[in-house]
Amino acid sequence: MRDVNGGDIDFRQYRTEAEAHEYIEDLGRVAPSDAEKFLQVGVSTQANERAGTFIQMDRSVVHCRTGQEGLEIMGINQALARHPWLAGYLWRHISPDGDAITAHAKAAPAEGYFIRARAGVKVAHPVQSCLYIARDGFAQNVHNVVIVEEGAEMHIITGCATAPHLTTGLHIGVSEFYVRKGGRLTFTMIHDWGEKINVRPRSVTMVEEGGVLVSNYISLRPLGSLQMFPTTHLAGRGAVGRFNSILVASRGSRLDVGARILLEAPDTRAEIISRAITYGGDIIARGDLVGRVAGIKAHLECKGLILNDGLMRAIPELTGHVPGVEMSHEAAVGRIDRREIEYLMARGLDEETAVSTIVRGFLNVEIEGLPPPLRARLDQAIAETQKDMM
Amino acid sequence: MLTIEELTVEIGGKPILKNINMEIPPGETHILFGPNGSGKSTLMMTLMGFSGYDVTHGRILFKGEDITGLPIHERARMGMGVAFQRPPTINGLKTGQLVKVCAGQRPVAVEELARQINCTQFLERDVNHHLSGGEIKRSELLQLLAQDPDLVLLDEPESGVDLENIVLLGDTINRLLHRGVKFPAGKTHREMLQARPKSALVITHTGHILDYITADRGQVLYNGHLCCSRNAREILKWIGEYGYEECFRCAM
Ligand SMILES: Nc1ncnc2c1ncn2[C@@H]1O[C@H](COP(=O)(O)OP(=O)(O)OP(=O)(O)O)[C@@H](O)[C@H]1O
Ligand SMILES: [Mg+2]
Repeated sequence: MRDVNGGDIDFRQYRTEAEAHEYIEDLGRVAPSDAEKFLQVGVSTQANERAGTFIQMDRSVVHCRTGQEGLEIMGINQALARHPWLAGYLWRHISPDGDAITAHAKAAPAEGYFIRARAGVKVAHPVQSCLYIARDGFAQNVHNVVIVEEGAEMHIITGCATAPHLTTGLHIGVSEFYVRKGGRLTFTMIHDWGEKINVRPRSVTMVEEGGVLVSNYISLRPLGSLQMFPTTHLAGRGAVGRFNSILVASRGSRLDVGARILLEAPDTRAEIISRAITYGGDIIARGDLVGRVAGIKAHLECKGLILNDGLMRAIPELTGHVPGVEMSHEAAVGRIDRREIEYLMARGLDEETAVSTIVRGFLNVEIEGLPPPLRARLDQAIAETQKDMM
Repeated sequence: MLTIEELTVEIGGKPILKNINMEIPPGETHILFGPNGSGKSTLMMTLMGFSGYDVTHGRILFKGEDITGLPIHERARMGMGVAFQRPPTINGLKTGQLVKVCAGQRPVAVEELARQINCTQFLERDVNHHLSGGEIKRSELLQLLAQDPDLVLLDEPESGVDLENIVLLGDTINRLLHRGVKFPAGKTHREMLQARPKSALVITHTGHILDYITADRGQVLYNGHLCCSRNAREILKWIGEYGYEECFRCAM
C-alpha cells in the first residue's frame, strides 16, 4: 500500500447499495453475534454505561439515543435537516478533491453521525458510536461531525466492525471535529474489521484556545488494509493534542497509520505515541509534527516490534518554521531484547510466557479515559491476539 | 547445594573464566571478591544459564543434578535466584506484577513485602524504569523474596546503597537466607534452621555487606581464576592492605 491518496482502491469492486436495516429500539434485541462484535470494539448494549449511543449498520442508522441534556446525537442527514448551519461544517477543512477517497466520498451518498456537546456541558459517561458493515462487498461511506462547544467535555468511543464471515468491504469515513475554546474531546477508536476489508478514514480536527483533543486508536485484529493520516490543527493558544495508537498487523494486514499535528498558536502542546507489532503484516507508523510559532512543545514516540517476520517502517517527521520551537522524537524498530526475555526466565517464566509478558507490556500504553470494563476487554483482546502471534 | 567443576567459560570466543572449581554446601554463604573485570558477574550469569556465556569445559551441579545445559527458567524453578547488577528495563510491566510472577503458583502479599523493603513507591512503575541505583537493588531483592530461592546469587547488593537502606538490605538478605534474628511468628529458631537450608554467593567490592550478614567463606576471582578460598573477613583485610597484588601472585 504505497498509495496514500487512495489510488489503490477500485471503487467499482464494491456495492454502494444495501438493504435498509430496521431501527432497533431496544439494544437488548441486537442479534447475539452482532452484539458480541459490538462489545469487542467497545460498544456496549448496556445503555446505563453510556451517555448516548449511535449505531449505523451499512447505511442505516439502526439506533440513536441520547441520555443527557445538552448532548445531541443523530444521523448526519437528520442533523443537516434540523440545523441549517451544519452544512457549513461539512467539507470545511477537508477538500473533496484532496484525493481519490475524498472525491469518492463527496460523490457517493453517505450517512454518518453528528455528535455535539453544548457549551459548558460535561458529558459524564462516554458516548458510543458504532459503524458496522453487515453486507458483503459493501462500500460504507460516512461523514461525521463532532462539535465540542466552549467549555464542554466529552469522550466518544467509536467501534468499527464487520459482521462475522464478511469477506470484502470498504469503509470510507470523512470526519470533521471541532473542539471549541476550553473544550475537551477524548476520542477512542477501536477497529475490528474483517480480513479483507479496506479502510480509508479522512479526518481533520480544529482545536481552539485551551481546548484538548485526546485521540486513542486501537487496531489489534486482522484487516485488509488501513490507511489514515488524520490532521489536527492546534489553532488557539494553549491547545493540546495527544495521540496514542496501538497497532497489530497479522499476515496479510497492511496498516499505514499516522497523525499530523500542526501547532499554530503559542503554548500549544502535542504528543504522538505509537506502539506497533507486526507478525507477518506490514506497518507504516507515521507521525508528523509541524511547529509554526515559537513557544510550542511537541514530542513523537514511535516504537515497533517485529515478531518472526513482517515489515515495520517508522516515519517520524518534525518541522519547525521558526526558532523557539521545542520538538523531539524517539523511534525504534526491532525485536524483543534477549536480555529482557532471560531476565523474566530467571524469575521462573518459560521462554514463551516471558515473550508474551514483554509483548503485553509493550502494548500497554496508558490510554486516557478508558472505562475500566473496556480496559479489561482490551487487555483480554491483547492476550488473545498474542496467542496468534506466538 | 552448588558444585562447580573445572568450569571454563567464553564470551564471544574469548575465555573469561578458567577452570573454576567451587563448592557451596547447603546453608552456607560465600562471598566472591575480585577486581573489576575479573569475571564475577560472568560466573553468576553462567550459573543462571544466560545466553552468550558459553561453557566450553566443566559442569555445574545444583542439588546434585547436572544443570549445565538446562534452560534458565528450569534452574529458577529448581531454586536458583539472582539479584542482577544491571537488570534491563521492561516497559509496560509493573514491578508489582513481576513480583507476582516471581512467586509462581504461591500466593504472595506484594504490598506487605514491598512495605518491608521500602519498595511500595515503585510497585506501580515499570520494571527498572528510571530506578535509582539503590532502588534497583531493593527491587531485585523484593523479587527474590517472592521467589524464595534456595541458592541466592547476589551481584554487588550493597553498591550505591545509602546507610539507612543498607541495614534494610542486610535484614532482607538474612531473611532470604533464613538467618535473620526476626523469624516468622510461630516458629522456633531451630525449626527455622531445619527448614530448607539456604545457600548464597554474594559478590562485593567493599565488604560493607559483611557488617550485616554472616559469611561462612570468601573466595577471590582474579583474571578468570579462582585463586583463594578462606575466611571472608581475612580476605577483605588482605585486599584492604595490599589490594589484589597478593592474589595476582597467588594465582601464578
Ligand atoms: N557481553 C560481553 N561481551 C564481551 N565481553 C564481555 C561481556 N560481558 C563481560 N565481558 C568481559 O568479561 C570480563 C569479565 O566481566 P564481568 O562483568 O564478569 O566482570 P566483574 O568481575 O563482574 O567486574 P565488575 O566488578 O566491574 O562488575 C570483562 O573483561 C568484560 O569486559
Ligand atoms: Mg560485575
